Amino acid sequence: MELIWLIPLVPLAGFLLNGLFGKSFSKPVINTIACGSVALSFLLSLNAFFGLLRLAPESRSFEYILFSWIPSGSLNADVGFLLDPLSAVMILVVSGVGLLIHVYSIGYMAHDEDYSRFFTYMNLFMASMLVLVLANNFVLMYVGWEGVGLCSYLLIGFWYEKRSATDAGKKAFIVNRIGDFGFALGIMLLFWTVGSVHFATVFNLAPQQLAYGGGIITAATLLLFLGAVGKSAQVPLYVWLPDAMEGPTPVSALIHAATMVTAGVYMVARCNVLYMLAPTTLLVVAVVGMFTAFYAATIGLFQNDIKRVLAYSTISQLGYMFVACGVAAFGAGIFHLMTHAFFKALLFLGAGSVIHAMSGEQDMRRMGGLKSKLPVTYTTMIIATLAISGIPLFSGFFSKDEILWQAFSSRFGSPLLWVVGLLTAGLTAFYMFRLIYLTFFGQRRYDDHAASHVHESPRVMTVPLIILAVLSVIGGYVGLPKALLGGAWFERFLHPVFAKGAEIGKLAEGAGESHATEYVLMLAAVAFVVLMIFTAKRYYLDRAKDSEQFEHGFGGLYKLVYNKYYIDELYDRVIVNPLVKGSNLLWQKFDVLIIDGFFNGAAWLAGQWAISMRKLQTGMVRSYAFVFLGGAIFVIGYLILSR
Amino acid sequence: MVPLEYYLVVAGIIFTIGMIGVIVARNIIIIFMSIELMLNAANLAMIAFSRNLGSMGGHVMVFMIMTVAAAEAAVGLSIIIALFRNRDSANIDEVNLMKW
Amino acid sequence: MELAIFILTSLVAIVAALLVILQRNPIASVMYLVTTFVAQAILFIQLRAAFIAILQVIVYAGAIMVLFLFVIMLLNLRREDFGKDIKLRFKPLAIAFAMVLLIETLVVINASLVPAQPGADLSATFGSVQGVGKELFTTYLYPFELTSVLLIVAILGAVVMAKKKL
Repeated sequence: MELIWLIPLVPLAGFLLNGLFGKSFSKPVINTIACGSVALSFLLSLNAFFGLLRLAPESRSFEYILFSWIPSGSLNADVGFLLDPLSAVMILVVSGVGLLIHVYSIGYMAHDEDYSRFFTYMNLFMASMLVLVLANNFVLMYVGWEGVGLCSYLLIGFWYEKRSATDAGKKAFIVNRIGDFGFALGIMLLFWTVGSVHFATVFNLAPQQLAYGGGIITAATLLLFLGAVGKSAQVPLYVWLPDAMEGPTPVSALIHAATMVTAGVYMVARCNVLYMLAPTTLLVVAVVGMFTAFYAATIGLFQNDIKRVLAYSTISQLGYMFVACGVAAFGAGIFHLMTHAFFKALLFLGAGSVIHAMSGEQDMRRMGGLKSKLPVTYTTMIIATLAISGIPLFSGFFSKDEILWQAFSSRFGSPLLWVVGLLTAGLTAFYMFRLIYLTFFGQRRYDDHAASHVHESPRVMTVPLIILAVLSVIGGYVGLPKALLGGAWFERFLHPVFAKGAEIGKLAEGAGESHATEYVLMLAAVAFVVLMIFTAKRYYLDRAKDSEQFEHGFGGLYKLVYNKYYIDELYDRVIVNPLVKGSNLLWQKFDVLIIDGFFNGAAWLAGQWAISMRKLQTGMVRSYAFVFLGGAIFVIGYLILSR
Repeated sequence: MVPLEYYLVVAGIIFTIGMIGVIVARNIIIIFMSIELMLNAANLAMIAFSRNLGSMGGHVMVFMIMTVAAAEAAVGLSIIIALFRNRDSANIDEVNLMKW
Repeated sequence: MELAIFILTSLVAIVAALLVILQRNPIASVMYLVTTFVAQAILFIQLRAAFIAILQVIVYAGAIMVLFLFVIMLLNLRREDFGKDIKLRFKPLAIAFAMVLLIETLVVINASLVPAQPGADLSATFGSVQGVGKELFTTYLYPFELTSVLLIVAILGAVVMAKKKL
């Protein structure tokens, strides 16, 4: 466990190697460095995880301080790493899924010219993400936070010749800036009131120093949550994530589905003590999460770009995780984070495989009937779809059900949350099966030219798919709830991290409704999901010819949803355009005339002064000596007179 | 025994003469000699203080000043030679390129 | 007797110093400068600084002044070499300033002097070659060694500066 500091450092070394010398390396060398470093991180994470398991549950918290980074007065930030059940799960997910996606990228990016640049960014991302989840203080976490933001920007705009890609990168960066600003303010507020940025210290002192539900803790947690909203693409800052699909598909899988976007959830879970102190914020978190989940799911219903459907699905699923956090079921949130990482990464990689086979086509209306052409992709995608839809026995069922149950039964939950969550689950099942039917079933809708290229992806891409598919199935069993004869092992493992928060929130363990209620709710959810799947089947498989008519049958609602509620246009109209116009005005009137005028004027004055003063430089040595004498007389005279 | 003040007054007068020489003279060589005069005036003051305080630090200091003076004379005079070779003059007022 | 010698030699030193800067002919200036130096050497002896007095004569009046003479003769300076006579407009002002400086010096001497200690006991070796040498090689060893560096630099500088092609 003393080696945890190496976990982020190894990918960083890979980043440096590939970044500095990548141009001259051959592809196998680049692959070895990039994937090897992530694999090494994964092994180290496994080692750390098992090291942690050997300890008694109460003492599963290990800090390793590499060096003191900012020792300045009362502000002390170390480069220190914290290994506890929460971060152990996170590093396993990040490095494990990251490793699979790295391997997949070898195949996906094989024909790209900027091969080394891609893996350089990917390794930097891995390093930043691991720093983020391993940090033992807010400041170092912020470093990782900004690092993943930077990598996200770089990788979205990876194909920088494409105007839309660079625009999307910029959008992601700028929108995230709003959230990061809130996050930074939150850290400062915490430091100001609690006097530390070190996690353990803050979580120990905060309950003593800050009033329960008081203004300060509410403001601080809301500000932190603003950071999470930006990074995890929640309403109203979600607009960057759909556009982020401009990046290469492995990037979407790694950054915009499995890892980076879940950083917000991780952060909220990490700060569970603070959130439990602020019930108002918890309510905000739950409401924002629920609204985002439902809202994004409706947008996903009728999108035609395969990756965009998945993007909105990601936003929606992230909303679920925030619901879990909002009802103080942090364990359930992290559980869903993990299973979601498996099946959503798998969905993206599968979509990538489809896109790869279709020579870059992303519009589902021009696919269809790929089932027999891409058997491995098809099988794995089906598994992932079943998982995300919440079909029993697949991982998504357990985690989603846990969230729904907690939303219903928790002290902070309400039946209303459950109803919306149920609706969202149905919508999710609908659009995911719509995706499957449009892509893999029915008539072939692509031209012959594309047909000649259709091929199953190489082994290097399908093997990660298969591994992820296996994980998508079995990943849920670690958290089998008690109602289903499981031991809720996952949540018991995480419990030490959330124990203090639970204490503050007076969450009674194991109490609540009887299992009977849970079974009824579970059955209701499954029934509704299956109903929605059959609806999708009816309109997109059995009566495929009428599907367009079916969609247009919704009239204005369809248009509204298809155009994503015109939110982008609204933001452009209300925020971006006035900002651009205002900036232009400031630039032309204020900057050019007043600021520049002031400085140019100052420079002109100095110039004039210098022109007149340089006449003093006569070049005559004797006059210099004379001035020298005058100065000496003055100084001695002053000393005499001042005695 | 001659009082300390007398020596200091003599040193001050010689120093002032050297000062005037530096400002007024046009011949670089004379200017140099004036500088030597000033250095010597300082030496005289040093030795006088040394005698008065009964410490030999002043003697060592004068020794150092002489070394500096020798070094300065060597370098300075070679500068004069180089200057004279280039400008064919030893008039300080003709060395006035360093101006606006 | 002592005072008489002091007055005489200091008068010689001051007058010779004046003549140094009043002379037009550099050779004559050098000769007057040597006079000043020798007069000062006598003052040094009066102050029981025998070693310094000898150095004054050998190094200053001897070596350095010979260097001056060499340069003057090397350059063969004549009066017309001074080019056109640029009038120094602030010449009277400069002399006035110098006088102010002298007055200030006198004021300082008058006001801030430590009481004279004519009776201070001086060791037998005060100012002798032995005494100064001991100081140089014990208390002031490092500065003394550093002077050799200074001299080396000066030699190199002189050689480089005086080269035909600069």
